[in-house]
Amino acid sequence: MLGVLLLLCVLFSILTVTEQYPTGAEGARMLFDDVMSKTPPTTPIITITPATEADSAFSIALHERLTASGFRKSLIIAGDPQAVRNSLTQLADSVTGSTIIATTDAFAPIVTSIKQQIPSIGSAPVVTPPSYQWPTFLLPDNLRNVANQISVIAIIAIGMTMVIITAGIDLSVGSLVALCAVLVAWIIGRLGGQSASTSSMLVACITSMSMCALIGVFSGLMITRFRIPPFIATLAMMQVAAGLAYIISQGKPIYQIPESFVCLGRGTDPLLKIPVAVILMVILYVLAHILMTRTTLGRYIYAVGGNAEAARLSGVRVSKIILFVYAVSGLMAGLGGVVMASQLRSGAPTYGLTYELYVIAAVVVGGTSLSGGEGRIPGTLIGAFVIAVIQNGMNLTNVESYTQKVVLGLVILGAVLLDQLKQRRFRMLS
Amino acid sequence: MNPQPDFALRMRAIHKRFPGVQALSGASFDLRPGEIHALVGENGAGKSTLIKILSGVLSADSGSIELLGQPVTFGSPAEARRAGISTIFQEFTLIPSLSVTANLFLGREQTRGILIDIAEERRNAMVILDRLGVSIDVDAPTSQLAVAVQQMVEIGRALAGQSRILVMDEPTAALSPQEVQRLFSILRELAAQGVGTLFISHRLDEVISVADRITVIRDGITVDSRATREYDRRTLIQQMVGRPIEQEYPKTQTTFGEISLEVVNLTAGNVRDVSFSAREGEIVGLAGLMGSGRTEVVRLIFGADSAESGVITLAGRRVKIKCPGDAVASGICLLTEDRKKEGLVLHASIRDNFALPSLAQWSRLGFINQVEENRRFETHVLKLNIRISSPDQHAEDLSGGNQQKLLVARWLEKDSSVIMFDEPTRGIDVGAKHEMYLLIGELAARGKTIIMVSSELLELLGICDRILVMRRGRLAGEITDVRHSSQEDVMAMAV
Repeated sequence: MLGVLLLLCVLFSILTVTEQYPTGAEGARMLFDDVMSKTPPTTPIITITPATEADSAFSIALHERLTASGFRKSLIIAGDPQAVRNSLTQLADSVTGSTIIATTDAFAPIVTSIKQQIPSIGSAPVVTPPSYQWPTFLLPDNLRNVANQISVIAIIAIGMTMVIITAGIDLSVGSLVALCAVLVAWIIGRLGGQSASTSSMLVACITSMSMCALIGVFSGLMITRFRIPPFIATLAMMQVAAGLAYIISQGKPIYQIPESFVCLGRGTDPLLKIPVAVILMVILYVLAHILMTRTTLGRYIYAVGGNAEAARLSGVRVSKIILFVYAVSGLMAGLGGVVMASQLRSGAPTYGLTYELYVIAAVVVGGTSLSGGEGRIPGTLIGAFVIAVIQNGMNLTNVESYTQKVVLGLVILGAVLLDQLKQRRFRMLS
Repeated sequence: MNPQPDFALRMRAIHKRFPGVQALSGASFDLRPGEIHALVGENGAGKSTLIKILSGVLSADSGSIELLGQPVTFGSPAEARRAGISTIFQEFTLIPSLSVTANLFLGREQTRGILIDIAEERRNAMVILDRLGVSIDVDAPTSQLAVAVQQMVEIGRALAGQSRILVMDEPTAALSPQEVQRLFSILRELAAQGVGTLFISHRLDEVISVADRITVIRDGITVDSRATREYDRRTLIQQMVGRPIEQEYPKTQTTFGEISLEVVNLTAGNVRDVSFSAREGEIVGLAGLMGSGRTEVVRLIFGADSAESGVITLAGRRVKIKCPGDAVASGICLLTEDRKKEGLVLHASIRDNFALPSLAQWSRLGFINQVEENRRFETHVLKLNIRISSPDQHAEDLSGGNQQKLLVARWLEKDSSVIMFDEPTRGIDVGAKHEMYLLIGELAARGKTIIMVSSELLELLGICDRILVMRRGRLAGEITDVRHSSQEDVMAMAV
């Protein structure tokens, strides 16, 4: 499946090659290397940008580089066209003809038209960071975006992989996402709303996730104690959890959440700017992989899925193993709900709708057999990314959203088919 | 006497190669009309491959098949069936939820227009079942039938398709002695009507008593094919293994220790008030007809099924066993009858299968010490002479004998004090059986208590120290002087 993922990445890289106009600190660096490094430091430089965050990063970074290289006359103008015009007019007397105006590619046409209305700097050249050919898909921002988009589904898929390896299925995860998100928001609302403290937010998260794990345990009990098929037991819990989410939220999104709560869903690490949710996802995958390959519990999970009766007659406490996997599945769905609430800074009963299907697709594309006993945790991560990359790639290549669904369905089918063919060839060789 | 026999079927110089192994290298076989013909050989000799080729499941690399003098090739099981060869494998192909009638005519439904003519099918079903001498409800789903009756339905299916040749893979493996007798009397009747039967069996006394002719295959080649009266048990075994075997049932004498297992008034389902005890180093056999409750008794002791009442004492201490996990923890283990369903996790590696009950012994805080695990696994593989290509090989790829050894290795590692075997030699070949007997003897010599369920009375008489006989869920008697007892003595108590 890794091959399919890489193939998709290559495909979308080729399809999305376009002219890239760098912005921010990166753009400043490229502009400096391109123009200013060949300009005498006596040249006055005016950096003009709108007052947004990314644009400020550009102008500040450029200014810092200029002063560090001995440019004495470096000015920054930030604001809307009107403000820029006013500032430039005021400066008109003090600037000479050799002045260079720096700006970003998007703002360049406006800057040029303003400058032409001011005679003293009318001849000053307007420079922008050099553009270059590069796949939009492979831009760091886009890659972060792909990972961040899939993190919730990938996290839930950890629990689902374990459940499916025991030859079960958990349809309730989508609804548990909604229930947990709503519950977190509701509890935070009770504990101070916008001004809730960090510890009360933590309490809200732990309580809600435990609730989801308990619902998982309940499904597990129905399956082990009363021999209700997993499909039915979790289908019922899917309805129950969805209903509870609507009851708690009274059908409306809950917004009373402090700003600091978004650090989980929108935060990034300071060094590589990797989203926190993605880091969390990677840690959980590593832990789950170790659990499944190195511990007795993992071995028992495979054994129960491969042949429950043989496992029981070998002394494995099969019921406990099944309870465990459904608890993990519930817990992971709850965590997914918390991450989602944090990303969106709200809790609504509509979150996680049809997520169970994406999660199951990720697990199956990742090579786990629905008949149990076989499958690998890293495979599921790859499966999740296959889905994420297809969705992202189609967005970038402007495929219509209805068509996207058709393509996604066919790709899931194709991926599993490929796996089957590969296995059959392997069987024949061995 | 019969210079040019009229062959119903001839297979000549059949070769078949699988990647890495030459399964058949010049096997031949012929079947006369109305003959009962047994195919014997060790596991891996190529018997199954040969009948798979005959039934169209596999195709031969070279060689010829002639049916009534006409050369034929089968591309699929359906083609072989249409040509009049019906094969009944160990795993039945009946659809459990469908009725007997529907199963009999599956794939060749009798229709009127676009509708199935149910009345006609039922009438014909009754005629066929009558011919087989079974009286069952033709509308009952086959899942409700006993294994022996299901087998009759399979045979009925062959008859419904007008088959002239019946091929059966280990037809008696799951049958009780009476059921076996009945099966063979039906086969004889069919033979009188001209239907030839080819069957594979590991039970040599059966082969000798029922077959008209025997073909022996060894290492993919037909080594001998003669009328049954020219064989005795000993020469047959020698032909199969290719060397003389000294003693079929090796019996080691051991001195018994203390009473280790005591069962008092065990009751559940049809098992009523079973009480017995067994000593360290003693091999106790459990005999009885199919359904007499012998398998149930060992399952109850192991906690695989829950007992209604009864007390189990282990080395003088009363133990509470609610599930197999409890039994394993207190030192009782059970090698189940059905290796594939109740023993092995077929798609898991053989190392994982070996380690399943003992994982905790080489784990700390739940983390498995894989170095230690491999070391122990290797030790047992060497000791038990298990033939494997790699520890990561799937359990399903091992032969029956090696699968059984793998399960023994599993419980040896667990080092239980009471080891219960349910049909330990079912479906494994002569050589592997011999090794199994030696192993059981060795375990007893090491002071283990062995409880052994078997439907092969010769085997029980050959290696047990004492035999308990069950009848209808109760202990009907006990044979203490095993050396001077016969199969008839056991049967007298069992029926």
